[in-house]
Amino acid sequence: MNFCVCIKQVPDVTAPIQVSGGQLVMDAGRVVLNAYDASAVEAALVLTEAHGGEVDVVLVGPERASEAIRKALAMGATRGTHLVVPEGAELDSAAVSQILAAHLAGHAYDAILAGKQAQDSDAGLAGGMLAERLGLPVATNAVGLAQEGGTLVVTRQGDAGQEILALPTPCVVTCSNDMNDPRIPNLKGIMAAKKKTIDAQPVADVPAPLVRTRAYETVPARAPGRRLDGDAAEVAAEAVRLLADEARAI
Amino acid sequence: MPSILSVVLAPAGSVPRASQEALTRATSVAAARGWTHVAAVLAPDAASLAPEVARFGATRVVAVSDPLLKTHLHAPVVAAVADVLGRVQPAVAVFASSEGTKDVLGALAARLGAPAVPDVAAFDVRADGGVEAVRPVMAAKFLARVEAVPVAGVPVLVSVRAGSYAAEATGAAPPEVEAVPLALADDALRATLREVVGATGGTVDLSEARVVVAAGRGVRDAEAKALVDELAAVTGAAIGASRAVVETGMFPATAQIGQTGKVVAPEVYFAVGLSGAIQHVAGMQNSRVIVAINKDADAPIFQIATYGLVGDLYKILPELIAALKRRG
Repeated sequence: MNFCVCIKQVPDVTAPIQVSGGQLVMDAGRVVLNAYDASAVEAALVLTEAHGGEVDVVLVGPERASEAIRKALAMGATRGTHLVVPEGAELDSAAVSQILAAHLAGHAYDAILAGKQAQDSDAGLAGGMLAERLGLPVATNAVGLAQEGGTLVVTRQGDAGQEILALPTPCVVTCSNDMNDPRIPNLKGIMAAKKKTIDAQPVADVPAPLVRTRAYETVPARAPGRRLDGDAAEVAAEAVRLLADEARAI
Repeated sequence: MPSILSVVLAPAGSVPRASQEALTRATSVAAARGWTHVAAVLAPDAASLAPEVARFGATRVVAVSDPLLKTHLHAPVVAAVADVLGRVQPAVAVFASSEGTKDVLGALAARLGAPAVPDVAAFDVRADGGVEAVRPVMAAKFLARVEAVPVAGVPVLVSVRAGSYAAEATGAAPPEVEAVPLALADDALRATLREVVGATGGTVDLSEARVVVAAGRGVRDAEAKALVDELAAVTGAAIGASRAVVETGMFPATAQIGQTGKVVAPEVYFAVGLSGAIQHVAGMQNSRVIVAINKDADAPIFQIATYGLVGDLYKILPELIAALKRRG
């Protein structure tokens, strides 16, 4: 099967980030390939290595985001498409899915994969929106993916259990990072990626967002707690007393 | 009169707590705006749940019953909700955020051209139907204040994180119930559900639990797991786990709490041998009381713990279990 994986470059959530004047302030260099998308790239590579086919990647983002495409190419993807938007353009999930749908409508991939959400916005909307715009069946939050002829068998983590779904192709699947551990590109992969082409296409009309972020703020701190240290029996007895008498929780 | 619609997915035949919370919030919004609160219930036998959703303030219920709704499938849920939205024409539609709604929110938004605000910790509705909401972002390290501008003729879609509002039964009168069939085109069901592999975790549902006992990487053998099980049994708790410990295979994936996994906000959260990585904290930081047990005094979990018990879980848990039993 031929796959296209939709990827995004996101700030590294483990990097130091501050809020100033309602804006997030962070080191512009601390950006990574969205971890959920890396799992989607890995899943596609595993299937093509076993059953044949190629993996392309597509990204919507500013110029500097091409680094994330290079990372996917170093993992083993064949081609990258960069749908370039101006730096600082305000994109919501609806706009991203519209831009991706316009690109993908002109291609005949067997399966379109993406991360189940982006690590920065944690919205998880774009995959479902993309499938709907393309009129394709979709499964989200995949933790397992297998190929049976022209069918993709998706293990989806649901609320009460794991749902095993058979999807005809073409289809859209969004992937959890619980699906696999994405490979770390080796030197050979990194060198090969430098020779691969990234097709950069400016996005002519960036759709206006339907949902806007007005400001960021820090999460209010929890009230400081108590530290209990020392003899295990005493620590346990004191904890139970506090839970009952102070917190009134038991 | 404008309306707010609560969408209640009840595949198991009961109204989940997160839906009770979302219903309660929608009732407050309707009261503040002078709007009608309509609930759509999707279940194998949805009409039987009408009194339950009315208890949380819905005055009109649209019941979509179909055996297909016993298990979660994308296409039937999208079709049913789209049909109800067309019938009710609400200004705002509210969902409880779960894997069953994350699945459909984007599809509905794209189908209708509607703004969607997922996974909010709080929301309010303006007189013009616009929605202002607070969303945890960046692994719940920050809050984003977002605004959805209303689009003529379509609702704003909102999903609410579990534990964001307290469920409150207001004991309203019997609702007006309208039964509608599942509006699913013959060719719409393209994915086939082969089977559902059930959870094999504790007996208490994590999303409904008053108390959660969660295991981290410090729970590394059968002895530690037995202690976790016993603490859960003594406290009537559901069992949760961090991603790291789910990966070892000792706990099922349905027990996973965090940015990837479930969001819980119980009365009491016991974090056992859990370091408190930001991805885990994202799923439990709104718990009312957090009890952390960890031998590493510098573990980040202690920064958010109400009671931080520093020590070896193999020594502390038996004493804790004994002390809880003595209390009866």
